[in-house]
Amino acid sequence: MKLMLRVAPGIVRKPLIASVILETGALINIERASIDAVSGEIVLDVSDDKCKQVKDAFERRGVDVVLLEIPVMRNEEECVHCGACIAICPTGTFRFDDWKVVTDPGKCIQCGACVTACPHRALQLVLR
Amino acid sequence: MEAKKSLSEINERIRDGSVRVVTAEEMPSIVEELGPDGAVREVDVVTTGTFGAMCSSGVFLNLGHSDPPIKISRAWLNQVEAYGGVAAVDLFLGATQPSEDRGIEYGGAHVIEDLVSGRAVDVMGEGVGTDCYPRMEIETTLHLEDLNQALMVNPRNAYQRYNAATNSSDRTLHTYMGTLLPHFGNVHYSGAGVLNPISNDPGFEYIGTGVRIFLGGAQGYIVGPGTQHSPGTGFATLMVSGDLKRMSSEFLRAATFTKYGPTLYVGVGVPIPILNERLALSTAVRDSDITVPVVDYGVQRRDRPVLKSTSYAELRSGFVEINGKEVPTASLSSFHMARMVAGTLKKWIERGEFLLTEQAEPLSKSGVSRPMKQTKELPYVGDVMNRDVVTVGENISVPEAARVIVGSRFDHLPVVSDDGKLMGIITTWDISKAVANGNISRVSEIMTRRVYTATPDEPIELAARTMDIHSISALPVVDKDNRVIGMITSNDLSRLFAGRRSI
Repeated sequence: MKLMLRVAPGIVRKPLIASVILETGALINIERASIDAVSGEIVLDVSDDKCKQVKDAFERRGVDVVLLEIPVMRNEEECVHCGACIAICPTGTFRFDDWKVVTDPGKCIQCGACVTACPHRALQLVLR
Repeated sequence: MEAKKSLSEINERIRDGSVRVVTAEEMPSIVEELGPDGAVREVDVVTTGTFGAMCSSGVFLNLGHSDPPIKISRAWLNQVEAYGGVAAVDLFLGATQPSEDRGIEYGGAHVIEDLVSGRAVDVMGEGVGTDCYPRMEIETTLHLEDLNQALMVNPRNAYQRYNAATNSSDRTLHTYMGTLLPHFGNVHYSGAGVLNPISNDPGFEYIGTGVRIFLGGAQGYIVGPGTQHSPGTGFATLMVSGDLKRMSSEFLRAATFTKYGPTLYVGVGVPIPILNERLALSTAVRDSDITVPVVDYGVQRRDRPVLKSTSYAELRSGFVEINGKEVPTASLSSFHMARMVAGTLKKWIERGEFLLTEQAEPLSKSGVSRPMKQTKELPYVGDVMNRDVVTVGENISVPEAARVIVGSRFDHLPVVSDDGKLMGIITTWDISKAVANGNISRVSEIMTRRVYTATPDEPIELAARTMDIHSISALPVVDKDNRVIGMITSNDLSRLFAGRRSI
């Protein structure tokens, strides 16, 4: 399961992820992180069984945590099933099934590459 | 004796409902099983289809006359300029024209989709003012039904096949072949392969001027060979026309390629009557038979390097091997929609709604797609660069580098290895920063290792674009072994253009 952390100013410089790993013992994979002096946005991948525990641990530390259940939405009206989203996705979220594009939302890390690559503007990141 | 039948026999079967139609996807196995003679007896029509970005598309629109009348010289539809130099109220709207208010996110293609979808379009026109057309300005709102005629005329559609695109350079490119990731990160292709109209009749046994086709969800016609028609190289094209008022937004879809511009996805399908064994054999073409060059769009020149030849079968497998690496492939045209085109055309013929026409003339078997004759050339980097470039070794100290910069005319100092190869670059700013931070060790510690360069044989427009994209003011010029042979700076380019104007 993917979690998106929104880290507020003030706690961004604390070793949040390290302390959550130590506390929960969860194997956390950082899939995307964009952190500057005042705030940060981090996407983590955590196994389903540890997900709740990790989410709670971050929230206790003042981090806003969002479960990315449907990270990217495709407008079926706009999509013509060309496939321009497939090869540019770093995590393989999209593939052809009988030449129709299908999405595996569990793989999306919300990098946004597909959104600019879609000629029909059929893709949209949720929560961004 | 060779199996054959006539077009009128086939049209008779369409009329009486006994016609046997298959799509081009089904034909290879039929010919394999029955042989070409058996296939001629079994199959009457093979339908083809393609659905992809076809930039070279547009519509002639007749607005009707206003009172007092106007001779429109310039016109805008939803702020997209249409060409007004045809007649008083005839406009040509091209698919790739961007809007003046929304930029490339909305363009001619989007106006066409809006019209087909029944949405209102705001029209603005400027007149020249004559005795017969005194009006100077017009503003109105029109629907497709308000136009006298809306005639789609697409100069170049339905390419026989198309280059597959990849990118050797170290930055992401945004092209009409989509987003191309650096270092051969992906390969994009376009075209319907086995379903492609011309690939199923490359000898133009049937395809020609006057042939009735599927165009944008309606019946249209082949006007003749398209622009850049080049059957000799396997890149034949069609010029097509049809009535926009009968088309559907399912098969005409506006799109925008990021940082490239608007384009129109068009559905084109050609029915191919199986009149003889030659047509049976040509419609038995498979994806693996249609070869496609893999072209490096990282080289921004007309003659981009071809890395290898591949086929639609390999492209569709999801990977193509380049330099020993498996590179993921994806399509920009829609095979799903190409199937819909071929399938819809098949249904029309089976229901007796679509009769096949005789070609008035086959498409030309030769065509011309020559490069542009350029009579006024801008110089090349090698003509403009400074050859007396000063370089330094990696191991000199920052103060030494500072002395070299002070003694030379350049603000940029390429850093080279012992054998003269470019390793990095330092600027006056790098040195100032190092000194301010109290760091006066070796240049190798403060230099920028990611250096943008130019080559002497590239046109200065490309060097200027490199500097512009990366917001830098100088590029080392390197030979094929990455040895520094000169420098080109934004000052050199300014002088060049200022000098030209003063002549």
